[in-house]
Amino acid sequence: MFTSKKFTGVKAMCAAAIGVAALVTGAPSPSFAQQANEQFVSVLSFRVGPYGPAGVGIFGGFIDYMNYVNVKEGGVGGVKLSWEECETEYAAARGVECYERLKTKSPTKGTMIHPVSTPITYALLDKTLADKVPIVQTGYGRTDTVDGRYFPWAFPLITTYPMQATAIVKFLSQKEKGDLRGKKIAYLYLDSAYGKEPITYLQAEAKVNGFELTTIPITPPGTEQGAQWQQIRQSQADYVIFWGFGVMNASAMRAAQKVGFARDKIIGSWWAGSEEDTVPAGDAAKGYMSAAMNVSGKTPLIADIEKTLYGANPTGNMQDKSKIGGINYNRGVVIGLITVEAIRVAQAKYGKKVMDGEQIRWALEHLDLSDARLKALNATGLMPTMKTSCADHEGSGKIKVQQWDGTKWALVSDWIEGNRQLVRPLLEQSAIDYGKSKGITPRDCAKES
Amino acid sequence: MLYREAGQFKTSYAADQQLLPIRQDRIAFFTLLAVVFVIVPLFVSDYWFSALLIPILIFSLAAIGLNILTGYAGQLSLGSAAFMAVGAFSAYNIVLRMPWLPQIVSFLLAGVCAALVGIAFGLPSVRIKGFYLAVATLAAQFFVVWALQKFPWFTNNSSSGVISAQGVTFFGFPIDSPVRNYVFVLCIVTVLALCAKNMARSNTGRQWMAVRDMDVAAEVIGIPLMRTKLQAFAISSFYCGVAGALYAYCYIGTVEPEAFSLDMSFRVLFMIIVGGMGTIMGAFIGATFFTVLPIFLSILIPGIASLFNFNFDKASLTYIEFMIFGALIIFFLIVEPHGLARLWQIGKEKLRIWPFPH
Repeated sequence: MFTSKKFTGVKAMCAAAIGVAALVTGAPSPSFAQQANEQFVSVLSFRVGPYGPAGVGIFGGFIDYMNYVNVKEGGVGGVKLSWEECETEYAAARGVECYERLKTKSPTKGTMIHPVSTPITYALLDKTLADKVPIVQTGYGRTDTVDGRYFPWAFPLITTYPMQATAIVKFLSQKEKGDLRGKKIAYLYLDSAYGKEPITYLQAEAKVNGFELTTIPITPPGTEQGAQWQQIRQSQADYVIFWGFGVMNASAMRAAQKVGFARDKIIGSWWAGSEEDTVPAGDAAKGYMSAAMNVSGKTPLIADIEKTLYGANPTGNMQDKSKIGGINYNRGVVIGLITVEAIRVAQAKYGKKVMDGEQIRWALEHLDLSDARLKALNATGLMPTMKTSCADHEGSGKIKVQQWDGTKWALVSDWIEGNRQLVRPLLEQSAIDYGKSKGITPRDCAKES
Repeated sequence: MLYREAGQFKTSYAADQQLLPIRQDRIAFFTLLAVVFVIVPLFVSDYWFSALLIPILIFSLAAIGLNILTGYAGQLSLGSAAFMAVGAFSAYNIVLRMPWLPQIVSFLLAGVCAALVGIAFGLPSVRIKGFYLAVATLAAQFFVVWALQKFPWFTNNSSSGVISAQGVTFFGFPIDSPVRNYVFVLCIVTVLALCAKNMARSNTGRQWMAVRDMDVAAEVIGIPLMRTKLQAFAISSFYCGVAGALYAYCYIGTVEPEAFSLDMSFRVLFMIIVGGMGTIMGAFIGATFFTVLPIFLSILIPGIASLFNFNFDKASLTYIEFMIFGALIIFFLIVEPHGLARLWQIGKEKLRIWPFPH
């Protein structure tokens, strides 16, 4: 009796094991067949976890823009865009697995990789270099990759954390009529690579401008911030620069309200400045400011996307249509815009066919999104102008500051550029150190076309 | 019928005490070794190495470490990821500051550093047991991650706190492709797993199991409790440390404290619970289960959804995968509370007398 009960369990297990083994061996196999004439783009997305709400908007916007280009123009130069999503859960290990899995799906190896996550970016930097796939870090990632001489395949487009931080300091300086001497600025940050990177640059800014900088870390996921905000209030900080991400953003605003710190003295980074952050905080968020590399609202391009994809036969990616036009959705559209523009620029040089990694890399180094080009793309005002080159993989360095008025984001500044004179030498030194440690000889930008 | 054991006589004590006494087992095992060392590197794609095989091997090593501590010695520990972090950062600092040492020696020294930290955090085990000890090891988890972030010396004063691991070389031979990483990790894991299996079968292992089963009785018959427990902590942390160094160097390529979070400690613990506590085989099975199954579900569930035209959005599909994964863990533990390794053991017993049922 005892043994027979065990035996049926064993039988069931054997059957299950054989089934699992059969399916697993069949599972991840390259399938080039149907994508012969399509530009396949890997989408490493995250839609679950503490950063999930941001991801839903960003990747919804990205996929919607690619869909929009397919519908409106039949693809890029007649080559349709195709894509596949893979859930990374914002974790480096899953990001690596998703990258490797999607790499096998097409000879384009994914066209370009947008991890939208600093830890996954760090994990993929060496792999994308070895596989010759460009990795694009729009507004996040490893700062010293701006120097394309040491990082030919990594592109921190639009701007980087230090440029954003120094631009915020510039904005604060403008607010204080150009004089920040004697002021106290607290830097409240998520204790991760994302949060720590601007610290050296902010310390340099503090020396130059004469303000006192206090750095206060928050352990992820940061839902409990009472102690940090008490510390801020006790130190009588004049301004708080907030570098949060995910659910901690709303917690920060509520905690600030509890200790009575005025929200209009808080400026967040763009990962702490979206509707998913302010709406859950309710009226605690009123007055809170944040940096933005793309604006919110239904600008002409976004309105056109909504009309095309969410009209009679909705094929859009967003389940919740109210998020269209939100900061994260627009950010996704900007990511899609950059991807498509790079493919266009590559096709202009190499012909109207499916582009491979080396061609896309060349295009990413020769992007020129001027005012005229943005106007042609119907994206004026949506993102800043951007021009990349071999030595400058960033291209822009500009942000706008916006303020939450209780129902929507209102712009309170025009495009502000970060402190390039301060940031560039520091990151160049970091790139040189990296090159030394890995034994990389820098490219000579003057020699390349 | 498969196991023809008639005629297999042992004529020496050594033959009787060997790891694989049955000839068919020896043949099967050496065939398996030939497959994983020779056939797999030649025929398998890069995806399998980077995404499946290397993490399975690394987590098997960490799970063996935790199995020694929790399965054999009975000391519940929630700090395995902390010891992995110590191993990873020690390896980084040793390779950075003493580049003349062969890297394999650096990894082993990193394991030794992790062992020293393990002894320090294992000291409470002399006085407390069970869940209370789990809390003390939880303190190790938080303290180590905090210390690695607080003192910039560990990250070589990097501004972001994330450092790129230096390339791996084996006595001048660069280990840079997925295949080479796989073979390198496989060699280390095979040797260490063999050592662990032998330790578990030896006097050391018997002392651990005595402490686990009834430590008062163990003390009465003369087993030194403090020494045995700290030895278990040291050896377990050594294994976790080497696993952490391999995780940083051969798998992810970056070393950062956030990667070795409490979540990873729990994962390693669940691997040995589902795989089978107190067995070396259980570590491998548990690591395979936890690595392969989520990926398999993320391929299978969207496939089924599109086959039956279920219109779930991507986030819902991921949540469904989580639910099914959790349900499978519960199912396997109900069917066999001693873990999948016990199922394997029962299967082998049945195979030995097959086709007879008893």
